[in-house]
Order: sequence, then structure tokens, then C-alpha cells
Amino acid sequence: MPANQKAYTGRAVYVVDGCRTPFLKADGQPGPFSASDLAHSAGRTLLTRMPFSANTIDEVIVGCVMPGPNEVNIARIIALRLGCGDMVPAWTVQRNCASGLQALDCAAQHISSGVSDLVLTGGTEAMSHAPLLFRESMVRWLGSWYKARSFGQRMQVLSRIRPGYFAPIIGLLKGLTDPIVGLSMGQTAENIAYRFDVSREQMDAFAVRSHTRLADAYDQDQMREVDALYDRKGNVYSQDTGLRRDSSMEKLARLKPAFDKPYGNVTAGNSAQITDGAAMLILASEQAVEQYQLPVLGRIVDCHWAGLDPSQMGLGPVHAMTPLLQRNETGLDDIDNWEINEAFAAQVLACIAAWQDDDYCKKDLGLDAVIGELDQSRLNVDGGGISIGHPVGASGARIALHSLKVLERTGAKRGIASLCIGGGQGGAMLLERMES
Amino acid sequence: MNDMSDTNTANIKLEKDDCGLAWVSFDLSDKATNVLSSIVLDELSTIIDQIEQMKPVGVILCSAKKSGFIAGADVSEFTTLSSVDEAYEYIRKVHTLFNRIESLPWPTVCMIHGFCLGGGTEMALACDYRVAEDDDATRIGLPEVRLGIHPGYGGSVRLPPLVGHLNALDMMLTGRSLRARAAARIGLVDAAVPRRQLQKAAQQIALTGKTRRKKPGLIQRLSGHSLARPLVARIMKQQVRKKANPDHYPAPYALIDLWQNDMDRPEVMMDNEAHSVARLINTDTARNLIRVFFLQTRLKDLGRASDFKAQHVHIIGAGVMGGDIASWCALQGLNVSLQDQSPERIAPAIARAAGLFRKRLKKPRPIQVAMDRLMPDPQGHAVGQADVIIEAIFEDLEAKRSLFKELEPRMKPGALLATNTSSIPLEELGVALQQPERLVGLHFFNPVAKMQLVEVVHSKATDQERVNQAAAFTRQIGRLPLNVSSSPGFLVNRILMPYLLEAVSLIEAGVPAEIIDQAAMDFGMPMGPIELSDTVGLDICLSVAQILSAHLGGQVPDILQDEVSAGHLGRKSGRGFYRYHKGKPVRKKKPVSSISVTDIQDRLILRYLNEAVRCLNESVVSEEDLLDAGMIFGTGFAPFKGGPINYIHDKTADALEQRMNVLQDHYQNNFEPDAGWQRFHDTGENNDQGQTDKQTE
Repeated sequence: MPANQKAYTGRAVYVVDGCRTPFLKADGQPGPFSASDLAHSAGRTLLTRMPFSANTIDEVIVGCVMPGPNEVNIARIIALRLGCGDMVPAWTVQRNCASGLQALDCAAQHISSGVSDLVLTGGTEAMSHAPLLFRESMVRWLGSWYKARSFGQRMQVLSRIRPGYFAPIIGLLKGLTDPIVGLSMGQTAENIAYRFDVSREQMDAFAVRSHTRLADAYDQDQMREVDALYDRKGNVYSQDTGLRRDSSMEKLARLKPAFDKPYGNVTAGNSAQITDGAAMLILASEQAVEQYQLPVLGRIVDCHWAGLDPSQMGLGPVHAMTPLLQRNETGLDDIDNWEINEAFAAQVLACIAAWQDDDYCKKDLGLDAVIGELDQSRLNVDGGGISIGHPVGASGARIALHSLKVLERTGAKRGIASLCIGGGQGGAMLLERMES
Repeated sequence: MNDMSDTNTANIKLEKDDCGLAWVSFDLSDKATNVLSSIVLDELSTIIDQIEQMKPVGVILCSAKKSGFIAGADVSEFTTLSSVDEAYEYIRKVHTLFNRIESLPWPTVCMIHGFCLGGGTEMALACDYRVAEDDDATRIGLPEVRLGIHPGYGGSVRLPPLVGHLNALDMMLTGRSLRARAAARIGLVDAAVPRRQLQKAAQQIALTGKTRRKKPGLIQRLSGHSLARPLVARIMKQQVRKKANPDHYPAPYALIDLWQNDMDRPEVMMDNEAHSVARLINTDTARNLIRVFFLQTRLKDLGRASDFKAQHVHIIGAGVMGGDIASWCALQGLNVSLQDQSPERIAPAIARAAGLFRKRLKKPRPIQVAMDRLMPDPQGHAVGQADVIIEAIFEDLEAKRSLFKELEPRMKPGALLATNTSSIPLEELGVALQQPERLVGLHFFNPVAKMQLVEVVHSKATDQERVNQAAAFTRQIGRLPLNVSSSPGFLVNRILMPYLLEAVSLIEAGVPAEIIDQAAMDFGMPMGPIELSDTVGLDICLSVAQILSAHLGGQVPDILQDEVSAGHLGRKSGRGFYRYHKGKPVRKKKPVSSISVTDIQDRLILRYLNEAVRCLNESVVSEEDLLDAGMIFGTGFAPFKGGPINYIHDKTADALEQRMNVLQDHYQNNFEPDAGWQRFHDTGENNDQGQTDKQTE
């Protein structure tokens, strides 16, 4: 993607409204909701607030990394479950941790180019539902078992089975490991923490702040885009369940490293939580806004995707945000709200450090000088992945929506939503609140 | 293909296809549903003559109606059979006809879709083979027992050997119908196939005679052996006795006897089947149950006065009533939003809905679809989309008024506004509205998923079109509408209350609850008044009683207040007038009473009847039949007695009034006949009756 080319060259792209579910921390068992359940719940509330009926939508685009085995092309399932009707097409997009942002980008592209006027988009993920897989040895054995016809053959095949075949592969761990460089995502975070000298204390302090900010946001009724989930047992989930109001440096200090054992710094406490959740938005063209008299939350101005060394994947946001800032002629101070997804405290802190690092800015970002210091009072003001959770397909949509919500609340103008992406990429979206 | 137009009759078409199969297609010219009236049966006889001349390679019976195959006999003709002999002849004629189908020398296949009930099923049984469409709408059954008779067109003879004796008795004694797959599982049909394969399946079976029909298992066959039958019959009767008193409902017992005595002798059994049904059809029970059948049609017709069709219902108040209305509507295919003050208040209703859907829909996919239709909406975003809004919040005039005030400007122009209030007059609620004429009452009964009746309440201000829409909506969700005027307690609760209070007075007088309840059940009530009060909740009974007595006069027995004050609220608190163990009342083994059972029964029933007459006199409902229908479908008033007013006609008003006067002398208050009884003397006996005897289709 050329760094100086803006993403949307056609019509303006408006965000009408958005809604997300509370993010539910995985507790080792499949959670009460599938990925399509989650998107359906958020989408249903959202559509109910709209003056148009669901079947007038032009298309549905949803990001999801691992839809369930019965949710292939999950966007279509969500569209049908939402009553969009048989005639509304739907497609699913996947760019790992940024799938939700990718969905917004695709929707924005279609609106900008005139393909669509009204798009339901967003992201969803039920990480707790990630499958357990048979290992290849077991699959091979099963193949020969199904081929065996006679009793003798079967006995023979049966004698070849080994206990080790039965050990399942945890699909989620596979997904969170880079297949090219062979590092887990946490190890890539350790890499860049090492590079920029981010300490355990800095990471833990960042994590505590994430929890405190989220708790404050709920207490001050600032999480209004969150709409309750209801399960079939009569439980209601109104807030993100990973929030720890009692989070403290002492408690976090007690946690053992989760990836580079036993000497690492990245722990479960300063990493994003494995969670289930969905965020859905309505995007519209100017024509649709006028036709249905829609309210406008803001505008999607531009979007950029960048690649980098997979073992440094946590620095993806600086690679995506730098060209975005430059081609829109905005400096750090012009951005009123930053939503940089907290995959790991180490990784967000490393991004901040990278922009202040002369060597990195020149060599890796190809700049003449450092970008400068990002004002952390404008960063993830209501918490982030560490306290809220990071359902990989949903987070991109969540942060874009929340940035606009913060701008609306503070009356400010510009926001950026950005994520690091497993496999070595970064994505960033520039958002703008309208002058009313 | 030959030109076959001359072989058609008015209601049945006969065609021969290229394979040489004769297709007999039922398509009643003046009805939406096929029924076996005498005319149709005569035509069928002619058609069979023609088939015999046609000499096809096989015969397929089917229906050209969308609604299904054949819904049964023409019930309205039953009411014209005035004697046992006449009924016997009528039945034997059908026997002869069906025997002719059975003995056709070519393979006969019945191709079934939609409803196949009663006589329709018995005709199918006379064929060699049956195929059914595997679809939700397919229902095959023998519901005769619900009309106080049992299968009479050879069904009782042909079904047991086909599907097994226990399966057959179960179908005929409960009257429940089977879906296609369930029917295939027991061998009632040879195959359950999707519509796209239905004709092909019928053709192939007719041409080849090859099927994979399930044969009854060993136990199913052995239970019909002459040595086993006496024992099986005894067990069956014991089971039936739990549900139906033989004095009130003789039909199931007659069926078991017929099966036990004659199962080995098909021809004798066929003849005795005719005798048995001819006898049953001339009992009061059958006559009254047939009356109930037509009363149900009357109520259904009330829902046809408007073609209003809702897509979205918004319900405010997620308590037991509001929540259960919401889940019921979602189960019936409507989009539903459920509003209450917080998500926490809505959540229990969602859990109950999930339970209902699991029970009714069983499979994960339909359950999810139903769950998806039911949206918790704590903020009331969906108000503007709703075609019907039902208010089911707590009974507080001001709260309801302010809610209405807030709702009205946000509602869709044509939307219906309904309240589920059971005690506040519509006139008082309507004050809050710009358009009070759009307000109706939709008074559901608890539990919503079981109670068929919904009182559609109108005030003087209510627009008649709105009432019709509310009735149509009630039908849309598979409920029976009854139009009532907005007076305290409406119809059902009002008539029930004096009866319940009389029972409570009897408790106060020292009569054991067991004896009171038994007296009512002996009369034919589905549940005794004391157990009913405990089930409803004594606190609720008390509050309704207080509201009603404030408007209508009458005393609320002190003991009711005492029990409520003591925290004895009935079943829900584990103690009311009964104590409850695992949700079941603990009954005394040998209760004794100082008051005679006859007096107890009369005191209960006459207060019931007196209030019914009073309601009629005050035009709470417009007709006697509608009152009867309301009390039968709303409270289960002894259906075999045909409703309270029907019962008054049967017993004569004179006799009942005399009895009331006696009771009035003996037990002081409460039994003075209402002025309304005069209506039974003014215009001669029975002038209103007989309306339902007319065929209402």
C-alpha cells in the first residue's frame, strides 16, 4: 500500500451508530455465547435503534478469526439471524487481530466507491469456543480405521493406536503462535520489550491503569455503547467480566511469566485477556444519511495497513499510524483520542518508545526525525484489551467505535484506532467527529 | 391420458396418470378444508364404482387442499343424529364404503399432507399403504375421544394390528396426533418424505408395493394377545381414570372394552364399534363436547373480523405474566421486544422462555430461531416498530397512566395499545391518552402457555375496529379471543371469585379442603377451588377479591386475610390451605365434614352460576354461548356439561332458583338469585340455545 495514498477517495463515509456486547473472559470452558450469538445480540440492539428496517441494508461485513465449525461465513449467519432477509449479501473478513477493523475498512471502501450506501459491519469472536483438534497422527490413524473392512483388518489397525494420539491440540494456542517465526504472541512482546527496555513494573503499572480507567468509565456511565447480554439460564452480563477493580501492583507482581518461563516479564496480568465479544456498527453514505435522517456519530477519514517482521509484530501500530498521520498532515497533538489495542502492555509501551527512538524512527520507519511523545492522557482513556479483553475479531471494531464515543463525549475532533496484528502487521484508522 | 372430466364429482376428482395409476383427489368445492360429509361419502362411493371400471394398476388417495388431507368427519352432521339406531346406520354405511376401499384388488396408497384427522385417518387406514409429507404441518391422529366418542369408521379395528396395540390405544385414548416422522416410527405411515418426493414415493409404492414400513415390536404385538388383553385393559383403565372420571367421560372406557372383547374378531369388532359409537354419540357428554367444539369455532371466528397481522410485539413488564406473554408470542413466530426497568429484571423471563422453547421445539435450531426473535429491550428502543404494545407492569393506575403518556407519541400510527390489567377499568387508564379509542385490554391467564383464552376487553371509548384487531392478534398467537366489556374482573375472574370465596367460607365453617375440592371435581371441575386458590396464590386471590368486592359487593372471608398475613400464600410458599410437599398438596386420608357433600357442591356451583347470570344480565359478554365458551376455555368449567349457562338450561332455571332459595334460608347470605335469572322465564326456555348447533365454518 503506497504510504501517500489515502484509502477512501470517493464519497464520504459516516458512522451512524454502534453497539457492543460486554466482553466475557474465557474461563477454560466454552462460554454461553457463540460468535454469531454475540454479533446477533449487539446487532439486534443496534438495528432496533435505526429508523430503517434490516432488509434495507446493502450488505453485511463482519470480521472474525475463528468462526465455529457451523458458522462458516459467519457474516451471512449473523445477517440472516438479524432478519436482514435472504436478499442481503454478507461476507466475512479475516486479518487476525484486526479483523474487526478490516471489516470497517471494507465497508468504508464500498461506501466510498459507491458500491453500497448502508452497511452493517463489525467484528465478533468467541475465543472460548476455539476448537480442540486431533493431531495428525490421530487423523491418519482414523483414516486407516475407516478403510479397514474385515474384523482382522480392524484388529490390526486397532493395535497400532498409541495413547499419545489422543492428546488434543488446542486450536487457540495454534492461532496465537506465529507459524513462520515459531514464536507465541507473548514471546514477540518479550522481544520488543527487550528492544525498548520496557520493565515489568512499567508493564504492570500500565495494566493497573487499564483496569482503573475501565472501572471509572463504567462508574461514570461512559460505556454506553455496551449493551447487556442475556444467557439462557437467566444470567445477565452488563459489563466486561475481565475487569479487576482490585487490580494493584502488588497483585500483578505475584504473577509468573506466561511465555518466556521463568525469566520473562509478560504475564497474564499485563496481557490482553482471552475473551468472547462482538462490536457492530452501521456505516452509511451521505445519501443514506439524508434518506433515513440518520444521526451521525462521525466519519471514517482514512485507513492504513502495514507489514513488519513477524517477531516484532507488537510494533505494528507505529508502522500503520506513521504514514496515516503524515499523509493527513496531522501531528501527535492533532489527535484528541488514541485507541491503541492493548494486546500486551509491553507492546503498547514499546510503540510509544519507538516513536521517541531516534534510531527506530530513522531506520525502521524511514523518517528524518523522531515523531515524539504520545500524550498518554489521551491514550485508551477508558481502558483497553488488558482490562476489557481482546476477542481478536471484535477488537478493531470496538476501538474504532469507542474512539468516536470518546470524541462525542469530550467534544473533540480526531481519533485514531490502531492494532498490532499477529503475523507481523499493523492497522490504523483515522476517525473524525463532525461539526454539528 | 383419457379425458376424465366426466368422472369427477363436485368434491372429488378422479384421474388416471401415464403409469396407469388412478388419482383420487379430495377438493371440497365450498370449503377450505376437506371433511367427510355424507355428500362427500356418497360421491366417494361413485368414484369407487368408476375406479372398478377403470381398472387402474393402483389407486392413490390425496387432497388438493393446501390445509391438508382430510380434517375428519363433518361434526355438524353428528348433531342431526337423533337416535342410537340412526347413528348406527350412519356409521355402518361408512364401514361398507371403507371396506370397499380396503378390498379393491389394486394397491391403494393414501398420500397425506397437513391435517389428517379422525375419519381422514380412518380412511387412510383402509388403504394398503400411507405416505406422509415430512413437514411441521403434518398431523395424523384420531382425536374422536375429545368429542366424547371414539374412532368409529373402523379405526379402532384397523389401527392396533398396524402400529401395535399400546401405540394404538395411546393414540386413541389421548387423541393426540403425530407428526410424519413419529407416524413413520410406529409404522402408521410407510414413509415420511419431503414434499419434493411425496408424489414419487406414493407412485413407487403403488407400482411396486415395496416399502420399509416399521413393524410393531414384540411387546406391541403381544399386548394385544387374548391372554394379555384383560391385564392391559385394566392398566389402561387405571391410567385413564387419573385423567377422566368414567361418569363424566365414558368414551375411553368404552373403547378399552371394545378392544378387550373383540380384538380377535375384526368383523364383530367393526359392528360393535358402530354400536359403541352410536351409543356414545347420543350421550349428553358427546353432545356437550361437540357443543364445545363449535364454541371454540365461535371464538376463533371472533378473530376473523379483522385481517390485522402483527409482526412485532413490544411488551412492557417482564414479570411472570409479561415475560410469559413475550415468550409465547416469540414461540408463535412474532418478533418480540421485552422491556423492563433493568436487564436484571428481564433476564429471568429470558431463562423461562428458553425453557419453554426447549420443551416445545426440542431441536437446537428452532430453539435458536425463537430465542433470536425475543429481544430484551430495557430502554424500549423497539416501541416505534411495534404493531402491538402490551403493558403488563404492576397494577398501579398512576404508573400505567404515565407509561401510556410516554408511549403514545412514540408509537407507530396504526399500532395497537393493550393493557393486561386485571382490575383497573380501561376508562380510567384511557384518560392518559390522546386517543383513548385505541386502548384495549388483552387479559391473559396464567400460565400463558397453557391457558387458551384471552379476554379482549373494550371500554365504551374503544374503537370497534381496535377490538377486532386485538381479537385477530389473539388468534395470530394461537389463542382464543373473547370480547368482554371493561367491568371489574371482566368475565372469568369475576365468575370464579364468588365460587372460590364460597369454598373459603366453607373452610371457615370447618369443612376440610379435601372434601370441598372433591365435591367440585365430582361436578367436573378440573381442579378443586381450594387447590386452585393455593395455585393462583392466596395473596393474589385476596387482592382480586378485595377489588371485586369493592365494586360488586360481597364479603371477603376473614380467613383469607389471616392466611396471607401468616405468610401462607399457597403453593409458592409451601403452605396455603394445604401444605405442599414437593409442589404437591398433602391431603388428609379420611376427612369428615359436618355439611353434606350435596350442599357443598351446590353452594359452590350455584354461586358460580349466579355470578354468571349476573354477568349476562350486565352484558359483560354479548351472548350466553360466549359466556359458556369463556368459562370452559378460561377456567376449564366441566366441558362435558357444555358451560354454565348450558347447564342452567339443562337443569332448568326454576329448579336451580328453588335450590338457591333453600340454601339462602339455611346458610343466610350469598344465595339470593340475581335479578338476571328473570331472563330464563321471560321468553320461554331455551330460546338462546341452539345457536351453536348451526354449522359454523
